[in-house]
Amino acid sequence: MKVEQISVFLENKAGRLAEVTRVLGEGGINIRALSLADTTDFGILRLIVDQYEKARELLKEKGFTVGKTEVVAVEVPDRPGGLGMVLQALAKAGINVEYMYAFVQHSGKNAVIIFRFDNLEQAIELLQKEGVHIYKGEEVYRL
Amino acid sequence: MIRDIENETRPREDLQALQLQRLQAVVERVYHLVPFYRRRLDEAGVKPEQIRTLDDLKRLPFTTKQDIRDNYPFGMFAAPMDQIVRIHASSGTTGKPTPVAYTQRDIDNWAELMARTLAAGGAHAGDIVHVAYGYGLFTGGLGAHYGAERLGAAVIPVSGGQTRRQIMLIQDFCPTVLCCTPSFALYLAEVGQEMGVDFAKTKLRVGIFGAEPWSDAMRTEIEARLHLDALDIYGLSEILGPGVAIECVEAKRGLHIFEDHFLPEIINPVTLETLAPGEIGELVITTITKEAFPLLRYRTRDITSLNYAPCKCGRTIARIGRLQGRSDDMLIIRGVNVFPSQIESVLMETPGVAPHYQLIVDREGQLDTLEVAVEVDETVFSDEVKQLQALAQNIQRKIKDYFTVSVKVKLVEPRTIPRSEGKAQRVIDKRKM
Repeated sequence: MKVEQISVFLENKAGRLAEVTRVLGEGGINIRALSLADTTDFGILRLIVDQYEKARELLKEKGFTVGKTEVVAVEVPDRPGGLGMVLQALAKAGINVEYMYAFVQHSGKNAVIIFRFDNLEQAIELLQKEGVHIYKGEEVYRL
Repeated sequence: MIRDIENETRPREDLQALQLQRLQAVVERVYHLVPFYRRRLDEAGVKPEQIRTLDDLKRLPFTTKQDIRDNYPFGMFAAPMDQIVRIHASSGTTGKPTPVAYTQRDIDNWAELMARTLAAGGAHAGDIVHVAYGYGLFTGGLGAHYGAERLGAAVIPVSGGQTRRQIMLIQDFCPTVLCCTPSFALYLAEVGQEMGVDFAKTKLRVGIFGAEPWSDAMRTEIEARLHLDALDIYGLSEILGPGVAIECVEAKRGLHIFEDHFLPEIINPVTLETLAPGEIGELVITTITKEAFPLLRYRTRDITSLNYAPCKCGRTIARIGRLQGRSDDMLIIRGVNVFPSQIESVLMETPGVAPHYQLIVDREGQLDTLEVAVEVDETVFSDEVKQLQALAQNIQRKIKDYFTVSVKVKLVEPRTIPRSEGKAQRVIDKRKM
């Protein structure tokens, strides 16, 4: 039910993001989803890739600070109100979303959204109860 | 361990009698052998025979690094060249080096003092001493080398640089004592970690680290990573080289200064008045046994204090506090005096903040700005922006509490702050450019 996400610390200077993608590209790593949180001084790049361990090692070798977080990949109906339904259910249960971002591609007719929760187990339990489809890790890496 | 019971544990009265006798001899010597000092003493209206008590030290003129430069290269030597057996020079960051000289007796004394120094760290015959201070004009390498030999230890004269090779030697030759700068010690730990070396499995037992100021927090870090007792050593080429003062492994509280060879004072660097024991100011040293390069009241520029309380190790000689910086390194940020080592202590109190940092001083309009660049490693990194911002704000707040100066903390990627294999460059002052 959980998906491994890599996060990378990036200093706010030209070429750092390009360097990450270059390292991953040369290593034959495919990026499945990504989001970049930026502040005036630094950025945090979050990535879902097809080969999690290899990507982490390659980036560490190149001197990047790499973190790992467990996130949830949720299937959301690709129609108006689709995401709202999921978020409302979470809000009602008092579950806070730390951040979220969309997958680069669709899975069939639905969108895939990555969620980062503080309380992962509680969020998964609730979403399952609400009948929301959660992807397994292996499914996401292969999407 | 105390190597020289007589000289390191003498009752103060006896020590003062010895110091006076030696002070009188050195004033006599420089008055007759160094034209610079004859001129200075005449100008001050002091004749050697007027030095009757230790308190008369205050009547003597100060000597500065500029005085040595003005007498470049050999004008301050107090022995003819046929008695001089060695010349070293301090690494002048700007312009010409500052040469210093030694007679055979000076070299013997130096070896003996450095042997006392190593012994204060528990070193003894049978130890293997890995000397990673630079060999050459710099006094660090050869100073530690001669002291270790005098002690009867085996020396690995590896000098600076080639970090990976040094780590290989530490594993294969099994040195028990490590002599280098504290920043290089940390660098060894870091590179060793990368190489997968477990320092707990090496034979290293004690580290004698000096040539740059460092903090107790940095000691904790070095000791945890290298698995040894880390001791602060003090010395400077103008006075001797390494072996002027050393922490004892028993207390690690202040550096015992070998008062049978050096007369320490603390002065206010602005008013030049002598300060009382315990007060913080600039360390001034008079060498009382040197033949080739004796100095009267040399202004070291190092900021510290003096403590005459006996130590639990048994030594009765005075201790200088750990260096708080240099009076000429002191940064004045919007009127507040800031020493890089004090910022370092604040940083090291913050868990997970890597020991590599840099201070960037600049000016925006009329206002000084201080930026502290801190490396973000995996222990503090988070995928959440708010966590990293909290880290930066936490450091900012602590520095503000301590110095009342607002700084900007900049989080940077690991290894982007240049590593040094010698003295670390902690400060970039763009205001001068």
